[in-house]
Amino acid sequence: MAATNTEVWQSASVLAVADVAADIVRIELAPSMPKKADPGSHIDLMVTIDGEQQKRSYSVVESSEDGTRLVISVFKAPASRGGSVFMHTLKAGDSLRITQPLQNFPLRVGAERYVLLAGGIGITAIMNMASVLRNVKADYTLVYAGRNRTAMAYLDQLRELHGERLVVHVDEEDGILDVAGLVAGLDLATELYMCGPIRLMDAVRRAWTERELEAPNLRYETFGNSGWYDPEEFLVRIPRLGVEAKVGQGRSMLEALEDAGVDMMFDCRKGECGLCEVRILDLAGTIDHRDVFYSERQQRSAAKMCCCVSRAVTTETGARADADPSRGPAVVTIDVS
Amino acid sequence: MTAVQTRSTTTNKTLGHPLNAWYVAGWDHEVTRKPLARKIANRPLALYRTEDGKAVALADACWHRLAPLSMGKVVGRDEIQCPYHGIRYNSAGRCTSMPAQETINPSAVVPSFPVVERHRFVWVWLGDPAKADPDLVPDMHQMDHPEWAGDGETIYAPCNYQLVLDNLMDLTHEEFVHSSSIGQDELSESDFVVSHDGNTVTVTRWMLNIDAPPFWLKNMRDKFPGFEGKVDRWQIIHFEAPSTIRIDVGVAKAGTGAPEGDRSQGVNGYVMNTISPETDKTCHYFWAFMRNYCLDSQLITTQLRNGVHGVFGEDEAMLKAQQEAIDANPDYEFYSLNIDAGGMWVRRLIERMLVAEGRLAAAL
Ligand code: FES
Ligand code: FES
Ligand SMILES: [Fe+2]
Repeated sequence: MAATNTEVWQSASVLAVADVAADIVRIELAPSMPKKADPGSHIDLMVTIDGEQQKRSYSVVESSEDGTRLVISVFKAPASRGGSVFMHTLKAGDSLRITQPLQNFPLRVGAERYVLLAGGIGITAIMNMASVLRNVKADYTLVYAGRNRTAMAYLDQLRELHGERLVVHVDEEDGILDVAGLVAGLDLATELYMCGPIRLMDAVRRAWTERELEAPNLRYETFGNSGWYDPEEFLVRIPRLGVEAKVGQGRSMLEALEDAGVDMMFDCRKGECGLCEVRILDLAGTIDHRDVFYSERQQRSAAKMCCCVSRAVTTETGARADADPSRGPAVVTIDVS
Repeated sequence: MTAVQTRSTTTNKTLGHPLNAWYVAGWDHEVTRKPLARKIANRPLALYRTEDGKAVALADACWHRLAPLSMGKVVGRDEIQCPYHGIRYNSAGRCTSMPAQETINPSAVVPSFPVVERHRFVWVWLGDPAKADPDLVPDMHQMDHPEWAGDGETIYAPCNYQLVLDNLMDLTHEEFVHSSSIGQDELSESDFVVSHDGNTVTVTRWMLNIDAPPFWLKNMRDKFPGFEGKVDRWQIIHFEAPSTIRIDVGVAKAGTGAPEGDRSQGVNGYVMNTISPETDKTCHYFWAFMRNYCLDSQLITTQLRNGVHGVFGEDEAMLKAQQEAIDANPDYEFYSLNIDAGGMWVRRLIERMLVAEGRLAAAL
């Protein structure tokens, strides 16, 4: 959808800021060049981290009909690279640089049935879709999963709007969401849209394939910022170029290599296109593949990785509990194109 | 000081087109298993049918490098394959297979537009898909109703679609443009009545006790062999926003009660017109002539289609020349006559649609 993805940068002022859950703020923006945000769209905006400008993407949670008022919600991630910390300092009257709404996750109106699945802060990408489906009287179910109720934004508002169509799943009360059971109940005419942690999305993808549902009916968006492991600092080496770079917790391997002066190729920077692929020559640790470009088979073989999102972690066994950064950083030795 | 521009007339020369509307993308028989390229409302479309016969409208530009999908081929049950590097999309515009990789990029989609097939046409909705209600397809039921027979064609008109609407809303031009077939002096001499509501405009004109012009004399003789004498003639123009016009036309033996509702002593046709903007200066003009007498005569169907084809050829030449004159005289305005009342209501309704879509500043 190239036509809708031209980045038009403009200023926006912050109209209001409000807490909507533990560590989640709702930020209302007034763009200077309003354009209505369709469901599934996001805006890119510039955050300031250590005095430097960096780009971040946030889903549009609500848009007024004429686009003069856009709402985003920001979760202050424990492993934040600094962007969400900055966003949490905003207050009414502040000004930001933002793009017009961009679209990588369009909702198709007209499917027979829908399941919308949101995990945690993933609700931000799903909320606007749910309102539109409600308005067009579609047959939909909104499944909203979270760790505990205090961490789940907009619960009351969603309950009021969607009534019986909203299914809330709280891990601390109900145990882990039964993804296989959820997918088992779907048929070929159902489209599933999801946004959430990669563990959840991977489980759904696997169940989807096992149930032999049609791949194009499973829709998801990945901003490429959650993995199987918590991010650790690790080392990347390129022997051919004599480069060794440290990849900080809040940096991507692609950024670290660029900082080290390596001429890197990339396009999407979120694990979708595969252009940032590097070849893995040696590995001390495990690769935390966070892309959706490789198949599971390819990820398991660990011969290549998408360096824009994927990382190295210390665990040797692959088990999350075995990750132990105190034993020294993971080291990945690679070659680039 | 900034210069302020004002105009001495309220008539826009040519109008933009609403997007929240159904436009005809093609005749039903034009949309097949071989993709068709057609631009509607400035949006290039690739049109094709699935194996089950469902019409599909996708943006005619591949997600990858924007190659036109209409140059590709239809594959599988409902897919189309890009002619360049072979990416496949299903009828919802979702990528179903990507060359040389084991996965599918989740953002790989092309816009798929809502489609409804009705009244022998394939209609497409290019605006907000959440508003694409099939009940909003304009009423053109005479196209495929058992009490009506006929056929039509498409004119590729090199003018803004509004100029075609103007042309059809005021038929006094028949006297000058179509003098050899349907024109007659009484057209501009007779009175007409205009009415409107939120979505429609109607212009009604009766000419009583007149000679039938050649086109209508022939039609009368098809139904009433050897007919001679005066007729009562009517033209009732029904506009439905944004660009469909059905004209209820006919003549009946004079004084037999047609104006009061008894048309049994006459012949009745419906000129069906629906215009789809292509660009701001071109449009696809779909028309047909439907009649409710001699239903089983293919000869009459063909004669009427050919006859109207000739008449509309005269309009086409005028519309082309008019658009050229508009372009060549950008500093001149349009002024209006009393006969433009129907066309001016049409403009008013369309302007309101544009304002509602935020695409035209509200009038002062
Ligand atoms: S740049 Fe696209 S996958 Fe990394
Ligand atoms: S342009 Fe269509 S596959 Fe490359
Ligand atoms: Fe005409």
